[in-house]
Amino acid sequence: MVVDIRELNAGYRSKSVLSLVSLQIAKGEHTLLLGPSGCGKTTLLNVISGVMAPLGGRVSVNGVALERLTTGECDRFRGNNIGLVMQRLHLIAALTVSKNLRLAQRLAGVPVDDARILAVLEALAIGAKLHQYPRELSQGEAQRVAIARAVINRPALILADEPTSALDDANCAAAIDLLFAQANANYATLIVATHDERIKQRFARVVLLGTHS
Amino acid sequence: MATALPLALAYLRERPLGTLLNILLSGIGVGTIVALALTLSQLEQRMERDASGIDLVIGAKGSPLQLILSTVFHIDIPTGNIAVAEAERIVAAPVVKRAIPLALGDSYRSYRIVGTSPSYVDLYRASLQAGRLWNVPLEAVVGAEVARITGLSAGKSFVGSHGLTDGGGHADHPYVVVGVLNATGSVIDRVILTQVESVWKVHGHGDATGTAHSGKNDASAAQANDDAMTAYLIQYATPLAAASFPRLVNASSRLQAASPAMETARLFNLLGVGIAAVKGFAVIMMLCAALGIFVGLMSALNERQADLALLRLLGASRATVFLTVIAQSFALGVAGVILGTLIGHVGAEFMGKALESNHRMALTGLMLIPEELWVAAGALGLAVLAGLFPAWRAYRNSVPELLSRA
Repeated sequence: MVVDIRELNAGYRSKSVLSLVSLQIAKGEHTLLLGPSGCGKTTLLNVISGVMAPLGGRVSVNGVALERLTTGECDRFRGNNIGLVMQRLHLIAALTVSKNLRLAQRLAGVPVDDARILAVLEALAIGAKLHQYPRELSQGEAQRVAIARAVINRPALILADEPTSALDDANCAAAIDLLFAQANANYATLIVATHDERIKQRFARVVLLGTHS
Repeated sequence: MATALPLALAYLRERPLGTLLNILLSGIGVGTIVALALTLSQLEQRMERDASGIDLVIGAKGSPLQLILSTVFHIDIPTGNIAVAEAERIVAAPVVKRAIPLALGDSYRSYRIVGTSPSYVDLYRASLQAGRLWNVPLEAVVGAEVARITGLSAGKSFVGSHGLTDGGGHADHPYVVVGVLNATGSVIDRVILTQVESVWKVHGHGDATGTAHSGKNDASAAQANDDAMTAYLIQYATPLAAASFPRLVNASSRLQAASPAMETARLFNLLGVGIAAVKGFAVIMMLCAALGIFVGLMSALNERQADLALLRLLGASRATVFLTVIAQSFALGVAGVILGTLIGHVGAEFMGKALESNHRMALTGLMLIPEELWVAAGALGLAVLAGLFPAWRAYRNSVPELLSRA
């Protein structure tokens, strides 16, 4: 199992937002977490990525129990094992596309590999944007850079939070295609959390959260 | 730090106006202090060199500081004249090793003409670059700077003017240059030396004989003329003389003793208020720069909450986030120190060029002094201090909260 969650209780400042008896996601599986705003989708992604400690229960990622890691170990583990794509892309505006990806490699403790960066960008058809700043990119190009950053370190797990909510139908389909393609190319497990029902049909497994459950 | 520094520099480049303003403020503060330190250091060195070997000055009663400034540093008018006969009795004391007479009054192109004895040349360990020392009245030897600036050389003649400015001249008594001294870096470079009798002759006092001087008291010729002298530079035979000899001099109704060391210290005390004011201004500039760094970082921190969260999501430790913020304030501090050091040295050099024309102060910016290290350390410390709170806030931030706010 890449993700193994048992008796999870998660929330902010002792206030429970999400309870989950059990969730297991296998290697290479693509899973959709579907639910309305406020149902705890982002909270669940935060717990899986280790940026939020659960109020109760156990969470293992790629065989590692996150509660056993120190904050520093958890940061390093996340950098090496998990790629993240958020609704707001959060590319660093002060850095070029290439430097945004180099930063992701550096922070994960991975040696900077320019050939890998170029290969990933070319696979996403934005190889020519290597030295451009995020402000010089279209929304679609910026989203591809965010996906490139998520897969640059060949993570075992890709987490995407509302990656399509702000996109029209065509771009929504294109974004999901890219995520699937990159996850498959890197043999990664993909978890997408969204309230966007348009992409429901694309996933073999859908986990309903909140009022859907 | 390998990750934090490039990112910090990228962040600073992203807001060039704020970054430049911070660097400029810090640079002006550091530059003012560096220029001040360079000026004070060179002023102290120069005064130390000029007063080296002079334990006491005997002159007319008046301001002791004025006596020292006029007779040791040649930057003021003398307090008056003293009777040679009376001074001779005093300097004959066994505790006096050497008494060098000084007869002042005229100048040439603002360079003072000093009537004295060859001992004055020995006092500053000066040597002849060309020609010889004076033998008869109205022969003159010029210091290295005088020769360089005025073009005087052996064989040329000139006419002295009253006082230190180009006032009325003594056209009927022209001097002839017979020698040029090598540069020593002391006051002797900036004076014109001649016999005491030359000064008397120019001012119509008796008949100068041109007697060669010898022995402890080089004013023996002066005594013969029963004339006036401006001052005597005294070297003690024993340090114990400092306890009693000045009292002996001051007991005379017309003479006073002034110690160059004490008067120089008093001068720096007097200057202290002004120096403190300029230093205070510079420190305020540096504090403003630190405040600017603080405000800039806090504002950037609010704008970049998403970036900070992202760094953590990408695997950055809290320490890396802390260092990214601190590296920005450190980089601003380093740039401010580099700019300030440049401003300080270029400013001191320009000031030196401007002061060169009035011969009062030889100042250069082309030297480094140890105080600059302290100024740099202070400025860097202040910059890092300004970044500590924003960095601590970034360190403490929770990623989920940052993401929810971003």
